[in-house]
Amino acid sequence: MTDAPILRVEDLTVHFPIKVNPIRALGQLIAERLPGSDAEAKDDRIRHPRVHAVDGISFALQRGEILGLVGESGCGKTTTGRAVLRLVDPTRGTILFEGRDITHLRESELRPLRPRMQIVFQDPHGALNPGMTIGQAIMDALRLHESADEAEAKEATLRVMAEVGLTPADDLFSKYPADLSGGQKQRAVLARAIILRPSLIVADEPVAMLDMSIRARILELLLALRQRYGLAYLFITHDLATAKFVCNRIAIMYLGRIVEMGPTELIFRDPKHPYTRALLGAIPVPEPGRVRVRTLPRGEVPDAIFPPAGCRFHPRCPAVLPSCGWEGRDFVEYLEQRRLDPVRAKADEAVLGTEEAWEATGFSSRRRVRDEDAAAIAEYARSIVPEAPVPLAKAVEAVDIGEGEVVVRFRTPDPLAPKMVEGRTVECLLY
Amino acid sequence: MEPVLEARDLTVHYRTKRGPVHAVDGVSFELRPGETLGVVGETGCGKSTLGKTILGILPPGTERSGSLKLRGRELLEVRPSEYRKMRGEELALIFQDPMTRLDPLMTIRDHFIETIRVHHGDISKTDATERAAEALRSMGIPRSRLNHYPHEFSGGMRQRIMIAMAIVLKPKLLVADEPTTALDVIVEAQILDILRDLKRAYSMSLLLITHNLGIVAEVCDRAAVMYAGKFAEIGSVDDVFRHRIHPYTQGLLESTIHLQTKALHSIDGLPPSLLNPPSGCRFHPRCPFAKDICTREEPSNVEYRPGHFAACHFGSDFL
Repeated sequence: MTDAPILRVEDLTVHFPIKVNPIRALGQLIAERLPGSDAEAKDDRIRHPRVHAVDGISFALQRGEILGLVGESGCGKTTTGRAVLRLVDPTRGTILFEGRDITHLRESELRPLRPRMQIVFQDPHGALNPGMTIGQAIMDALRLHESADEAEAKEATLRVMAEVGLTPADDLFSKYPADLSGGQKQRAVLARAIILRPSLIVADEPVAMLDMSIRARILELLLALRQRYGLAYLFITHDLATAKFVCNRIAIMYLGRIVEMGPTELIFRDPKHPYTRALLGAIPVPEPGRVRVRTLPRGEVPDAIFPPAGCRFHPRCPAVLPSCGWEGRDFVEYLEQRRLDPVRAKADEAVLGTEEAWEATGFSSRRRVRDEDAAAIAEYARSIVPEAPVPLAKAVEAVDIGEGEVVVRFRTPDPLAPKMVEGRTVECLLY
Repeated sequence: MEPVLEARDLTVHYRTKRGPVHAVDGVSFELRPGETLGVVGETGCGKSTLGKTILGILPPGTERSGSLKLRGRELLEVRPSEYRKMRGEELALIFQDPMTRLDPLMTIRDHFIETIRVHHGDISKTDATERAAEALRSMGIPRSRLNHYPHEFSGGMRQRIMIAMAIVLKPKLLVADEPTTALDVIVEAQILDILRDLKRAYSMSLLLITHNLGIVAEVCDRAAVMYAGKFAEIGSVDDVFRHRIHPYTQGLLESTIHLQTKALHSIDGLPPSLLNPPSGCRFHPRCPFAKDICTREEPSNVEYRPGHFAACHFGSDFL
């Protein structure tokens, strides 16, 4: 038992279904049954759109360890934090807490475990009931889970308040959240979590809403509590600098996947995944005059409803290869990029039509054409492929003329799996 | 060269039921053509109020005194109707959250046409569209997206549209209030690159309001550190970061967690309420070096190096 990790997560997947207008859904259903309907339109991703918040991640957290889940908004770090506590239901995968499979436990079965698995949210103000005094809020957690009598509970509350630096505890016990500063409120939230003696705390951006001058104190408190109780933290943050300071290991997330995971020191010294490198290079450093060479990834994080094929970072990756997952919509995106050049834009529009005329389905991009135009359009499309960035151009297998359409086809991407690279796991075809 | 913006003893008090809030209290600085000044400070230090004062968008009834001149013209005396004409052509603002500043029922083209026509009523729609397309192109957004609505763009693109709208009339002064706070770090870096390029291309002056010291170090020529409604320190970015004088600047820089951080630091206590700011130096209750005089007398702004000012009684101790 002592050797078992506090938390082990395997192939965790959380998808959120999207509400589809029922009339449109019916229409789609009818259209699909019509003879001659496009087979690819039956793509399950389109019929049942889902947000791929977390998409098959595995990690373990040891007793007393701090694992940082780091990534930009929408990468799935918060959903992961909630799923491991069973606050949202996983779509697939296994969650083992203290060696016990909790993936399918009912709420009533989870309840006895709850004191040992706690969460601290970003916004301490929202996490405290404004009509409850600080003392009550902390004591309530205890009385909810343990049958302590009033006097005992109060004594324990005062003790834990002093421990997190809410002093004088007697005085603050009867104060309301509105009377406290942001830092004090976060201390109260921490007190409420640790009074139950948890073994795991999911800390979701615990200092993001606090001003710089007081952040350090809350981080020091988190570290001190771990020291004292052997707590394990799943530390969720978008701030790499904070993660670097606090975490033993970090997992960098991008669009629902862990792209790199390993000892903090190792990853910061020598990041391997191009996304990790990009993140580290983008952080502004408070040191004037530092000349930094950086190639920023283009654009922004794509929609998690239709994550890119292959490596999800491939459309933005500065080190991308032809085998990384180029697909139909990357061609449409390329057409749009060409519009920024007025000369090319005119020529493109004259022959190819606007980029809206092109439809991306899986690994191909197609445009309906009249038979007499097909040859000229295909020829023009072939001529602009070599002008594209090399990895994209090399990924184009063929520009074909089909029945009433011109189709740009991409090669299938190479399979991608996490690999051990110099002491950490990386999910990237470069290695 | 004549400064683009010049503040002398600028004071802004909000009227509230509990009494006046001293949001900006005796601030003086100047901003030269083509220069970028970063105003940095924590929540509630008055930095956003400063930005709103420059743009003339304070709530009615706010008390302002001192002087604030834009290219020699006293802004505190400009009437609202004249201000409207100045915004866009003379000065423009970029906000933190672009989504709330774009009308969800208007296409991007309509936003631009409206903005341009306020100043050039006689311009044709075609010409206005041309100018809009050009401004968008400079932000890396193709003209085919002119007919799209705000919700069809990502956060970073919306902020680029806001910047394109702010610069379409080529204002002399751009005020950016936390322009990247709502964005992720990679998109933030992209926007900062754009702001840097703009400065070069249009020789615009930029007042950048932020809580992020890293951004100031990367983008700005000069930095002003604001605390409780006052400038604690102002000088070249190099002076303020490397030869900091004011104990608050020291504390703020030390408590900033960045990739090179070796040990955690924090400043004792909490920022004061601006309803009832501390006597003497406003930082004295939190200052590790505070002496008796700091509780009684307000320190004056002393020029310790050419162009490097700090308001601390013991500034020379930290040289």
